[in-house]
Amino acid sequence: MTGPFEDVVRAHGPTVLRVCRAMLAGRDADDAWSETFLSALRAWPELSADANVEAWLVTIARRRCLDELRRRARHAVPVEDPALTTGAALVARADEPGARDLDLWRAVGALPAKQRRVVVLHHLGGLPYAEVAAMVGGTDAAARRAGADGVATLRRTYGAAGTDEEDAR
Amino acid sequence: MTTAPQAAPAAEPDGRTLALLHADLVERAARDGLLDVAYRVVDSPVGSLLVAAGERGVLRVAFDVQGHDAALQELAAHVSPRVLAGGRRLDPVLRELDEYFAGRRRTFDVPVDLRLLTGFRREVVLSLPDVPYGATASYAQVAAATGRPAAVRAVGTACARNPVPLLLPCHRVVRSDGTPGRYAGGDAAKTTLLALERAAAGLDGGGGRA
Repeated sequence: MTGPFEDVVRAHGPTVLRVCRAMLAGRDADDAWSETFLSALRAWPELSADANVEAWLVTIARRRCLDELRRRARHAVPVEDPALTTGAALVARADEPGARDLDLWRAVGALPAKQRRVVVLHHLGGLPYAEVAAMVGGTDAAARRAGADGVATLRRTYGAAGTDEEDAR
Repeated sequence: MTTAPQAAPAAEPDGRTLALLHADLVERAARDGLLDVAYRVVDSPVGSLLVAAGERGVLRVAFDVQGHDAALQELAAHVSPRVLAGGRRLDPVLRELDEYFAGRRRTFDVPVDLRLLTGFRREVVLSLPDVPYGATASYAQVAAATGRPAAVRAVGTACARNPVPLLLPCHRVVRSDGTPGRYAGGDAAKTTLLALERAAAGLDGGGGRA
C-alpha cells in the first residue's frame, strides 16, 4: 500500500474497536485495538494494493483478541493443558464481518457477556466448544447453550442471515 | 488488570475514546521506530499549514492552497506510507513557527530533511537562508549566488518546489523589479510574510535600526 496509514486509522478505527469490544472487556479491548493497528502499521507498506483493508484489520484484531483470551485461559488453569497451548487452527469460516455488515459487530457487542464471549470464540474464532468452555468456564454443554442463546438473540436483533452453524454441532 | 467478564454490553466507540487510542498509537509507533512520518495541521497568519517530519527532520511544510491531502499522498509515496497525525516530534518546529509569526524569531534551528529534492533544486533551497530576514533577493541574484547566473528560471522552479517553505525562506526571493512575484502559498501570503519580516526587523516606515 502506498497511501498514508492515518487514513486507515480514521476509516476503520471504530470497526476494529467494535470487534475488540465484542471479544474483550475494557482496558484489554483498548490494548487489542492498539496492538492491532501497531502490527498493521508495521505491515502496511508490504500489503498488496488490492487487499480488502477492513477484512485484513478485522482478522488481525480477532487473532489478537483470541491470543489474549487463550493467554488468560492458560493462566487460569493450574496444570497446563497441551490442547490450549498448541491451540486450534483459526479457520475463518465466518464471513469477514467487515466485508459484509458492520451491524453484526454492534449486535454481537450488545449480547450479555457470557453469550458474547461464546459466540465470538466459537462462531467467529472457530474454536470448538470444549476449548470455549475451558476459556469461559463451565461445561461444554453450558457453553453450547450460551452459544445457542446468543445466536438466537442475534437472529432477532441482527437478522436471519448467515448464522446457521449452531444446528450442525 | 481485569479478568472478570464484562457485565454490561460493550459500548459503541465514541470520538473521545478513539482520539485517546489514536494518540496512544502514535506514541507507541514512535517508540517502536514505526512513525516514519508524523504530521500536524495548524493555523497560521497565512492559512492552515501542514507540517510533517521524519526521524531526521522536517520533511514538508504545505500551505492550504497546495492541498494538504496531496502533500500527504506525496510523502506516503516518496518517503513512507507509515504516516500518522500527531505526536511530539512536531513540537519544536511548531514552537519555532509560532515564534516566527509573532515576529520573535528570525532563523529556524530545527533540522530539515530534504530527501524529496536532489541536484540543483536542493542546492538552491539550501542557499535560501543566505538571504537575511527582512531582506529580499531577486531570482537572478540567487542564480548568481549558486554559481549559475543563467539558471534564473530553474531558481524559480526550485523555489516553487521548496518542500519546506518558511523554514527555508523562498518567500524572500522576488522579481528583479522588486515586486513579490509568485509563491507556493499564494501571492498574498508572500506579501504578508515580507511585511511581517520588515515590521519585525524595524524596516517599516523609516523606523531605524541600530
